[in-house]
Amino acid sequence: MQRVTRDVLVQKAISLLSAGTVDRVLGWKAGEFSYDVTPYVFKDAEALKADFVFDDFCGANFSKYLVKECGKSEGKVLVFLKPCDTYSFNQLLTEHRFDREKVYAVGIPCDGMADITKIREKAEGISEITAEGDGFCVKTLYDGDVKLTKEEALAERCLNCKSQKHVAYDELLGEEGEVIDSGRFTGVEALEAMTPDERFAFWKGELSRCIRCNACRDVCPACTCEKCVFDNPKSGVENKAIADSFEEKMFHIIRAFHVAGRCTDCGECSRVCPQNIPLHLLNRKFIKDINGFYGDYQAGEEAYSRAPLVNYTTEDIEPADAVKKGDGENA
Amino acid sequence: MRKISMDSLSALFEAISGTMPLFLPVDGKEGASYKKWEPGTEYSKALNTNKSAKDFFFPQVENMMAFKTEGKNIEVLDLKEDVGPFAIFGVRACDLASFSILDRVFLSDPVDSFYKARRDNAVIISVACSRPQETCFCSAFSIDAAAPGGDVECVMADGMVYLEAKTEKGEAFLKNLEAVTEASDERAAEAEQAKIRERIEKLPLANLSTDAFGGGKTMEYFNNPLWDELSANCLGCGTCTFVCPTCQCYDIKDYNTGKGVQRFRCWDSCMYSDFTKMAHGNIRNSQKERFRQRFMHKLVYFPENNEGIFGCVGCGRCLAKCPISMNIVKVMKTLGGADNA
Amino acid sequence: MHNSDPLIPKVGTITDVRIDTPDVKTFRVLTPDGKKAFDHMPGQCAMLSIPGVGEAMFSITSSPTNTEYMEFSIKKCGCVTEWLHQAEVGQQITIRGPYGKPFPVDTVFRGQDMLFIAGGIGLAPLRSVINYCRHYRDQYGKIDIVYGSRSKDDLVDYKEIIDEWCNDDGINVHLTIDNPQEGWDGHVGFVPNYVKELGFSTDKTAILCGPPIMIKFTLQGLVDLGFEKTQIYTTMELKMKCGVGKCGRCNIGAKYVCKDGPVFRCDEIDELPDEY
Repeated sequence: MQRVTRDVLVQKAISLLSAGTVDRVLGWKAGEFSYDVTPYVFKDAEALKADFVFDDFCGANFSKYLVKECGKSEGKVLVFLKPCDTYSFNQLLTEHRFDREKVYAVGIPCDGMADITKIREKAEGISEITAEGDGFCVKTLYDGDVKLTKEEALAERCLNCKSQKHVAYDELLGEEGEVIDSGRFTGVEALEAMTPDERFAFWKGELSRCIRCNACRDVCPACTCEKCVFDNPKSGVENKAIADSFEEKMFHIIRAFHVAGRCTDCGECSRVCPQNIPLHLLNRKFIKDINGFYGDYQAGEEAYSRAPLVNYTTEDIEPADAVKKGDGENA
Repeated sequence: MRKISMDSLSALFEAISGTMPLFLPVDGKEGASYKKWEPGTEYSKALNTNKSAKDFFFPQVENMMAFKTEGKNIEVLDLKEDVGPFAIFGVRACDLASFSILDRVFLSDPVDSFYKARRDNAVIISVACSRPQETCFCSAFSIDAAAPGGDVECVMADGMVYLEAKTEKGEAFLKNLEAVTEASDERAAEAEQAKIRERIEKLPLANLSTDAFGGGKTMEYFNNPLWDELSANCLGCGTCTFVCPTCQCYDIKDYNTGKGVQRFRCWDSCMYSDFTKMAHGNIRNSQKERFRQRFMHKLVYFPENNEGIFGCVGCGRCLAKCPISMNIVKVMKTLGGADNA
Repeated sequence: MHNSDPLIPKVGTITDVRIDTPDVKTFRVLTPDGKKAFDHMPGQCAMLSIPGVGEAMFSITSSPTNTEYMEFSIKKCGCVTEWLHQAEVGQQITIRGPYGKPFPVDTVFRGQDMLFIAGGIGLAPLRSVINYCRHYRDQYGKIDIVYGSRSKDDLVDYKEIIDEWCNDDGINVHLTIDNPQEGWDGHVGFVPNYVKELGFSTDKTAILCGPPIMIKFTLQGLVDLGFEKTQIYTTMELKMKCGVGKCGRCNIGAKYVCKDGPVFRCDEIDELPDEY
């Protein structure tokens, strides 16, 4: 899968701006280093030429930004969407969270984004990161060049990519890819193979590191409630309140339930977690169970589709059978 | 000055642990974090811990008091725990500098006794940063990562750890460790410190300047239109505040345990929408206002109230952790104009 | 054990509840052994709390010259205040303080003619100063009080105003309500306009307290009459948790309302960013 270059994207953006198709461009802005790109709204050609970047660190999923961005101007916003971003895009459309008429979506191919946290485990004092062959070359301050394979540098969600196919766009740059039969449920299967005690211990270990920064929720394209229950001081479960360690676990489990059937498995939650909690595993367990109970379903694959959890049919699994099936799988 | 070989660090840790609990950076799934030393615990080689060291004195959550209620009557029960001496090994210069910033808040009148009890009981063993990272910018705040200070200061060089007492408390502490350490001259440590300072000068953020900021500049920056674009895509999460060694805003909340009410204090974040929310309104309704508050506090308000000292120590955690890679360096470079271009 | 931390409160007992208006009650608070919880100066505040409900900052309505008890006039508007409004005499609460800088009653205000201007519950902090000035009557010049509310029923401390303040020599009380009302033969109109109509001479010290919109227009009115902002004082209110300048949320620029305020001279406010 050939990625389009930064220059192609800049040219596309400038031509759409000058044609008046869009009045601003949601893109990635270069930072201080090779890896710290920031989502940014570009307004003109000069800014695009100076600061627009598209490289291995453009992992941020822009779909959720459209909820806020669409309200800012009467004109259209240009958004670049990687294949996985387009699933969130469709899901947000399904939930009527942004105005499709105010967006010009350009699909761009993606062959996986790097994970700076993983790279840091292998290389300290990073002065530059460049793609090299099938992997990466990290120039370091003290240890010379460190070569990393794709497996060592790419984000987990990209190594287990579910689709290189765009499910929504106005225009596609480069080649279209395919839905991939990925191994993304391997991690869930490993958890299912555990005894309940082992599994509890696993999640206790992971979730006890939570600092309730709420980054997972704030970045999540399925979390677009105008007012989150965890931001309500009267809820008794307010954002930063950690009255006991059990509460942290409840926060993540409640959130996983709330996004169940709507989570497209974009993996932003795990990407942003400052404590490296593999939050995507909770969501993938739900996705795997929903597939098992109701037949394969991918949230966001089709806009305005009726998700199994909001669509009753007489063939639906009985709750008791679901419990049995869950137990059987877990034995 | 004393010394001990890196290979014998566990003997040093064991000796310290014999007199008081010892906490030190240990590798884990999140990166390094402070853990209590036990036989077999390995000291992390990471430059710094994932979260800062402020937790030792200002934990994320602590119970302060409980209430016993009976009919119309209330009894206030003090839940303050008696704190004994403890040692922290491996504190870097940035985190150590953050303690004096926290002191300015918690030890100024009226003294926060919860904080003070822990502060008074800590012996801090700092470690010089032999390999400062690309995200480091402590030198912008006149912090010397080669000589961090603390009660005891360590410099690691050529397989040896050189320890020097910096306070009376540190002297007594090192005296207790004479059985596992040996006397040393300063040459090797000083040579390493000189090398560290050279490395710091070559860091990518070495030239970051604070000159444009400081007390008395509220009106200069408050209405700057650049806040709009800086904050435009801020998620409003609390990651930067929670990993920050100097962020110390807190909330006080009550929790009904079912057997009575406990009043606890927990970290709060000026990035959160309800931080300033009152029954009849909110003075910071937009993320821009909340974002501005965080950086104005560190770069203008705090120095205004604290003899020019900035509320940032350049540890670089926000650079590494912000989900959108927006951070104080970008804010300083954007607002600071020509000084930081 | 310790009981030494500024955040750990004392127990206070509500010994009297007075219904002032449909949404304002005045609570008298004493320690369980019948004393005042602490001494204060006019303008200072206290943190009151109900365990399990929350803690909130209130201005102390009573004057320090009242040696017997403290009073708080509280408008029902949030969790804590709603709970307090259903509390009965004998109910215990917690109390800590005093917080903030008081009005400069013993320095700047000495010998001055005083002009108090309040709207609605804004009388609460001013009542403390007014009664302080009444107690040390010879230390202050002529006193004018302009007080307005939505209706006659919404005038806080109406009985004390009529029975005591109006009968004092050298005190002129000017009451007004927003709209005409049966049984009211006094002035009708908003406070800012009334102040302009009354047209005070500019040789006074003015103290303003009330809703932000009233403060804004009254302040402008006073400036129009020729007052300098250095002659005008007001109080600010922001969300507070600690009351001691540490929890980090009540700042306006580099000033913390809980410890640098709540009393501000209006020229000082001009130096602050517009975030209150």
